[in-house]
Amino acid sequence: MVPELGHLALIVALMVALVQSILPLVGAARRLPGLMAMAVPGALVQFALIAFAFGCLTWVHVTSDFTVENVVENSHTLKPLLYKVSGVWGNHEGSMLLWVLMLTLFGAGVALLGGGMPMALRARTLAVQAMITLGFLAFIIATSNPFQRVFPPPVNGHDLNPLLQDPGLAVHPPLLYFGYVGFSIVFSFAMAALIEGRVDPAWARWVRPWTLAAWTGLTAGITLGSNWAYYELGWGGFWFWDPVENASFMPWLVGTALLHSAIVVEKRDALKSWTILLSIITFSLSLMGTFLVRSGVLSSVHAFAVDPGRGYFILALMVIAVGGSFALYAWRAPALAPGGLFQPISREGALVLNNLLLATAAATVLIGTLYPLVLDVVAGERVTVGSPYYNATFVPLMVPLFALLVIGPLLGWKRSDLGSAFSRLKIALLAATFVVIATLALRWDGPLLGLVGIAAGSWVLLGSLAELADRIHLGRASLAEVRRRLGRQTRASWGMVLAHAGLGIAILGMVGTSLWVDEHIAAVKPGSHIRMAGYDITYKGVEPAEGPNYTAEAARFEVTRGGRPVTVLKPERRFYPVARMETTEAAILTRPFGDLYVATGAGPTPDTITARVWHHPLVPWLWGGGALMVLGGLISLSDRRYRLGAPSRRQQPAMAAAATAAE
Amino acid sequence: MRTRLLFLLPIVAFGGLAAAFLIGLQPGRDPRLIPSPLINKPAPEFTLPSLFDGEAAFSRSDLVGQVHVVNLFASWCVPCRAEHPVLQQLAASSGVPIVGINYKDRKEDAEGWLAELGNPFSRILADTDGKVAIDWGVYGVPETFIVDSRGQIRLKITGPLTEQSLKHDVLPMIRKLRG
Repeated sequence: MVPELGHLALIVALMVALVQSILPLVGAARRLPGLMAMAVPGALVQFALIAFAFGCLTWVHVTSDFTVENVVENSHTLKPLLYKVSGVWGNHEGSMLLWVLMLTLFGAGVALLGGGMPMALRARTLAVQAMITLGFLAFIIATSNPFQRVFPPPVNGHDLNPLLQDPGLAVHPPLLYFGYVGFSIVFSFAMAALIEGRVDPAWARWVRPWTLAAWTGLTAGITLGSNWAYYELGWGGFWFWDPVENASFMPWLVGTALLHSAIVVEKRDALKSWTILLSIITFSLSLMGTFLVRSGVLSSVHAFAVDPGRGYFILALMVIAVGGSFALYAWRAPALAPGGLFQPISREGALVLNNLLLATAAATVLIGTLYPLVLDVVAGERVTVGSPYYNATFVPLMVPLFALLVIGPLLGWKRSDLGSAFSRLKIALLAATFVVIATLALRWDGPLLGLVGIAAGSWVLLGSLAELADRIHLGRASLAEVRRRLGRQTRASWGMVLAHAGLGIAILGMVGTSLWVDEHIAAVKPGSHIRMAGYDITYKGVEPAEGPNYTAEAARFEVTRGGRPVTVLKPERRFYPVARMETTEAAILTRPFGDLYVATGAGPTPDTITARVWHHPLVPWLWGGGALMVLGGLISLSDRRYRLGAPSRRQQPAMAAAATAAE
Repeated sequence: MRTRLLFLLPIVAFGGLAAAFLIGLQPGRDPRLIPSPLINKPAPEFTLPSLFDGEAAFSRSDLVGQVHVVNLFASWCVPCRAEHPVLQQLAASSGVPIVGINYKDRKEDAEGWLAELGNPFSRILADTDGKVAIDWGVYGVPETFIVDSRGQIRLKITGPLTEQSLKHDVLPMIRKLRG
């Protein structure tokens, strides 16, 4: 019964989406308030229906209803509850439902929180959002019904891929999709603006919080995903430039560019058609990622079950959405009124350069991801593209970006000069130089790239703090004045400082773990010692361990430092009998300046095991930096000008006038 | 007019991409199955040292006499890791000897990898500079070949073996060749 109710809810939602794709648009074109107003309840009803269907799917997973094919394929009665829930989105059908849930969540968000928006803009935005929902609901119902029954029902299920049975991965897809799919609403805003033929600061003010929300979710999702790869795949790599990873990274890069260019639209009424283009491209890349991951045109480690029929369907959706939006762009964007002028050396100039660098970086990732496919199609040749390509193309683009990131916020709008910006960064520059020299003293043999990376990371971190110090007149004014200024900083500016500083910290983490990792592999007997990064590690033997749906062999390693016990690490090798898969669970000791990482494997003789010990310097900084960026996004989102009904206290008069004129 | 053309650029670029995607989706184009000019040709001549010290070298003539699976792998290769359980399953279920060619790898890395994940191979050869892989027409690891008892290559699979490719391509071919 429950699966049929869920299926029914999907079909009703499809019909609501169909109505909502048309009527509010007609209403907005003919200025009929009644039709326009339909968009709001329509968006809410869609969300309620999809949430209900999602609840139904969760219900059949949690109760292990093996009459449903999706449950049979991905679940097992012995699986822990958390993974019964995460199993809902750990497969193609369920994750598509999560996709649509996020689409309607953002639609409902605009319906609920967009009370102050111009009525036509809201109606059009929600109508475009409903079109996307319509397409994906049709896709689910036609090709990927998660509620498909099986007869006769088997006694038990096939279990979820053990690699996915992990708390980090349980929460990773919802966050990732929140970000990935969240950019759909920005796309809808852009379409609405193109239909209307007007982009102004008020539009940017409506779009920015949604962009920021999606960006924050995507940042959290990517950070968690790479953290999962780090500890679950058993050798401490955090990023592989795999097509599936790139699929989430490209929207992040362009979304970051969008986040910044929308500021220029809001503050200076410039870069309008560029911002619209970025809005379209960001979501197009999300769509393309979905296509690449699920169609099987590229081979990847993280691939879903592949079905070419689904590939054609998503390609058709993508051609309609992306082709349609680019066509609308080519038709309407040239008519957008050009905005304010500015000198190259100015805040706008810096943001333009930021956008160019981020867009180029995204293009290099795009080329690296698609080159194997295009070459195959054009020349019939097969290649794979790996990290050497990205190190040669992507990394060099990041260096000027990071240099600029610190200088930009210190430049004034319209026209400015570099001299004064640099003079305010003297201390940060000196401090960053000091960090580089200190690194050199510590690791004089270090690769040049490592020093460049350390320089970039500390420059971004210290420069962001210096910018804050400059803004509160630290060292220039009395302590009372500094405190007063500190209290007056908006949450948006705190968000920027945190996100920028977090990026700096994350860069240091990436550099540390990529370039200075220490590795030791040995076959060990009980009593054997391994020395690594100042730790003395003693292997004590293995003991059997039992999980709910696996059996394991846990090795015991006692870790001491300078004769004093530090901890006991127990890496496991797990065997999942139902899925017939073995996984390694690494044991990790985290310290502020690095991780001690131990994983085990079968040894050459029965009484030995193979111990693989790594020291990953600075790797906790990578996760900490990512977390700070997310925190920055959240704090910025809570800025009072975004809050419902809050008057914008510090709005500039010119902008307030523009906003009123637009409404 | 010039600028108007500029605004058409995105849709033109996307059109090209979409066409590539469409061709990429054509049935029969499985990114894992690569038409190889070597199919039904004798396996190329080679002699490679064993990965392990003290074991004899292995050459093409050692392939003759029974059906072999030849698998190219490397410890630095992520898909190889995904493929590994399938290779173990293949070794356990069919008993076919799997000759592993360790491609452009360090000996200690390869040993650690095998120790960690288990060893499904009957012999492991070290192709440190990747020259033999070139003769075999390898694009990237992992790649898997089935060589019949006369030393002819009969099947080639590019990319990681999956349970599906095992069931649909590899095991049927082994069964056929063994008669």
